[in-house]
Amino acid sequence: MTLAKRVIPCLDVKDGRVVKGTRFVDLRDAGDPVELARRYDEQGADELCFLDITASAERRRTVVDLASRVADELFIPFTVGGGIRDADEAGEILRVGADKVALNSAAVRDPAVISAVAGRFGSQAMVLAIDARRVDGGWEVVIDGGRTPTGRDAVEWAKEGCARGAGEILLTSMETDGTKLGFDLALTDAVASAVGVPVIASGGASGPPDFVALFERTAADAGLAASIFHFAEATVGDVKAALAAAGVPVRPAEAFVRR
Amino acid sequence: MIAIADYGVGNLASVRKAFHAVGHDAELVRDPERLRAAGAIVLPGVGHFGHCSREFHRYQLGPAITDARERGVPLLGICVGMQLFFEGSEEADDAPGLGFIAGRVKKMRDVPRLPQIGWNEVRVRAAHPWLAAADDWYYFVHSYAAGPDADLVIGTVDYGGERAAIVGGAGLLGVQFHPEKSGAAGLRLLETFAEAVA
Repeated sequence: MTLAKRVIPCLDVKDGRVVKGTRFVDLRDAGDPVELARRYDEQGADELCFLDITASAERRRTVVDLASRVADELFIPFTVGGGIRDADEAGEILRVGADKVALNSAAVRDPAVISAVAGRFGSQAMVLAIDARRVDGGWEVVIDGGRTPTGRDAVEWAKEGCARGAGEILLTSMETDGTKLGFDLALTDAVASAVGVPVIASGGASGPPDFVALFERTAADAGLAASIFHFAEATVGDVKAALAAAGVPVRPAEAFVRR
Repeated sequence: MIAIADYGVGNLASVRKAFHAVGHDAELVRDPERLRAAGAIVLPGVGHFGHCSREFHRYQLGPAITDARERGVPLLGICVGMQLFFEGSEEADDAPGLGFIAGRVKKMRDVPRLPQIGWNEVRVRAAHPWLAAADDWYYFVHSYAAGPDADLVIGTVDYGGERAAIVGGAGLLGVQFHPEKSGAAGLRLLETFAEAVA
């Protein structure tokens, strides 16, 4: 066997509660990130990604609480992203049991934060999240949730981020995100061919065939999706079954059941 | 008592939580004297070998672990903790390991990507009393590894060629992967260790 391609559900979290993906789960535990995360773990998720979108001054505390609670209950790797500005804040999240932090806008504004996080906690803990949109002749990095163009070339930024110590790239296409048109294969391939670290593709997945296309046609190492899993359009298990049928190496699902 | 050697590196909390999940208490121990009293010691580690080695020696844990090794106190090394069992690593030539296992850890070459991040299947090739014999999937995060022919290698993984995934001998087990992050398979490994040394 060889290294498995990873399937990663993403949860958007606000004030400690999941803010989407609640349509098909019990009202009782609808918005609890740990409950939803556990469901994905049972389905065979290889990792989890929590994107904190809390805007209030309480964000720093709620995000550390969340990471701690997830680490109490789940024993697969998870990444926390959203608004992390510096190595101190990254350290608080990592110390309670998160495996990686994803930095996006803060890294563009001050690229030195990448080496600061990687230097203190290791490159493996420093995920560079890049949001990119298509422009003439390539892709441009956008920040602040897509609102602020930066003029930076996404492929060049990915390379620079790796040179500064990023251990993984989480690449989101603003073109495909939320469209269900499939992953942006051209963007993914451009970045995955340009860097030596693993690349997680994000944005646009509508179902298992999109994951098959991602891994058959690009060098991506992982695929991340939110809504198809939240709205039960496909389970992680469905995606992995389709991948296995297509000959893509995947880890068989086996959830931990607390006795 | 299972002591997790606390020298400030990243995965301490996760390792303790994982033991707790399978019904075993494990204590974070920073004081070398208290470490000497432990019934079993887990040596975690994540990130850069040089950083881990420096911190490990700065907290003066080396003599306590070596003493435990000589007395046959069960030792479990995880990731860089396992790499510390060797004499050293290419990642930091000036940073010494514990020298329990001959040879040095080397950068993985001819691999698709560095680090190796993700789940890979481990082939167990020799039995160990703290290990269920079956091959299983575990979560790896590393750029350096011991070769498959190093001393005490009892399990390997294929990533651009065979790499050491598990080392083991009398009183000693080391895993390159992260059992605390390897779901049911990893918890099973920690539970087997905890029950064997309890």
